Amino acid sequence: MNKLIWRQSLIFVLLLSFLGCAAVETVTTVATDVAVHTGKISRQQADSIRKGTAAVSKSLEDFTPEQEYYIGRSVGAVVLNKYQPLANTKVNSYLNLLGQTLAQASDMPELFGGYHFLALDSDDINAFATPGGHIFITRGLIRCCRTEDALAAVLAHEIGHIQLRHGMRAIEKARITEALTILAQEGAKSFGSQAISQLTQAFGGAIADITNTMINSGYSRAYEYQADAAAVVILQRTGYNPGALSEMLHVMAKQIKPGGTDFAKTHPSPQNRIAELQAAGKSFAVSQTPAIRKERFVKAIGQL
Amino acid sequence: MYHCRLIMISLSLLSLLLLNTVGEAQQVMSIQVREGQLRTTPSHLGKFVARLSYGDRVTVIAGQGAWKKVSLTDGKYQGWVHETALTSKRIILKAGQSDVGTSVSRDEIALAGKGFNEEVEAQYRKNNINIDYNWINKMEAIKVSPEQMENFIRTGQLAQGLEGGKP
Repeated sequence: MNKLIWRQSLIFVLLLSFLGCAAVETVTTVATDVAVHTGKISRQQADSIRKGTAAVSKSLEDFTPEQEYYIGRSVGAVVLNKYQPLANTKVNSYLNLLGQTLAQASDMPELFGGYHFLALDSDDINAFATPGGHIFITRGLIRCCRTEDALAAVLAHEIGHIQLRHGMRAIEKARITEALTILAQEGAKSFGSQAISQLTQAFGGAIADITNTMINSGYSRAYEYQADAAAVVILQRTGYNPGALSEMLHVMAKQIKPGGTDFAKTHPSPQNRIAELQAAGKSFAVSQTPAIRKERFVKAIGQL
Repeated sequence: MYHCRLIMISLSLLSLLLLNTVGEAQQVMSIQVREGQLRTTPSHLGKFVARLSYGDRVTVIAGQGAWKKVSLTDGKYQGWVHETALTSKRIILKAGQSDVGTSVSRDEIALAGKGFNEEVEAQYRKNNINIDYNWINKMEAIKVSPEQMENFIRTGQLAQGLEGGKP
């Protein structure tokens, strides 16, 4: 008899696991929303509860890739308000060839508008990735790369931020709720001018949340380490030397200026990133880059 | 008695599993990217069979890793699409224009063009005239063809066929 009860419970648990996952996420999102609104828990507490059930992605998934694309365009435009683009066709063509090859090997190869890469005319050591697939890299950071493999590591790290949706996660929860509420109210009807102006306000807030995080405060260390780990996987899938990330970080450690307003401010130190890679078993020995890759790398960006 | 219940539960579990399998075989999905590429092989290096538009409905007929072999609902083309270009949601291209029956819940509908869209961007630009989108448009115009990518991979002695996708 005991055996039978045990068997029944097992089947019941199995059934639940088939049906339960999605429902739990929705319930958590609603419950934490209510709790925040009634003042029972803070927004931060709600966020951590949701992270536990992966429900953060549930609410972010309510944004279509098309909406992330439009967020990305404006985030990119704000970045280009701070940094001048490097109008060099040879460099930008090479970045796109390399970057798009890496992106197709990522966990998020398809975006609404695809991946696009642009060099920035600055000696700062900096790079940015928008939720819409726009990736920017400064001349200063390109100079930290001695091989195509190292440059691939930098671009793969930025692709990692996109596939992990770190930009979208920088948007204040309240703004996401606001925008989704406007959408829900309107249903399938067309928008009135008041709704457009409300949406534009939420949009502007979202752009500010993301750009402030990317340019000023930086993502959390955990996000940077996750992007590094994602970069190593992308390098392995595409046949680049996965040790190139640590190699680039060693060069960056020598070139970065303490107190600078670039990666020095927004990223964990290169030394810490190397240590984290080692701790996670993602540190690899540097191997020789084939001559052909060296050649085309020098040809494309040697003048920088 | 216990045996009876056990059999009942097992049967319902089994039917649920079968239901899932049948559902997958006939799954209809939507293209959720601006320009979806239908390819000859399950690879980003696969040649294009056809270009699909945002919101196009496709029937999934087979799967391989993160790739789905799909057929356009009018049956005209068949080919491979990466799963991240697909959504199970139905996409309504214009707000207010709906061919969706009442059986489809709001959660299953992605409202294309609604929310943060071109109109909202235009309004945002009006409020922030110092922000320039010229280079955003320029960088978006840079395209890499499957042939260029294949050549880049081959000549660079990189790995072919190691595709991405959610594990």
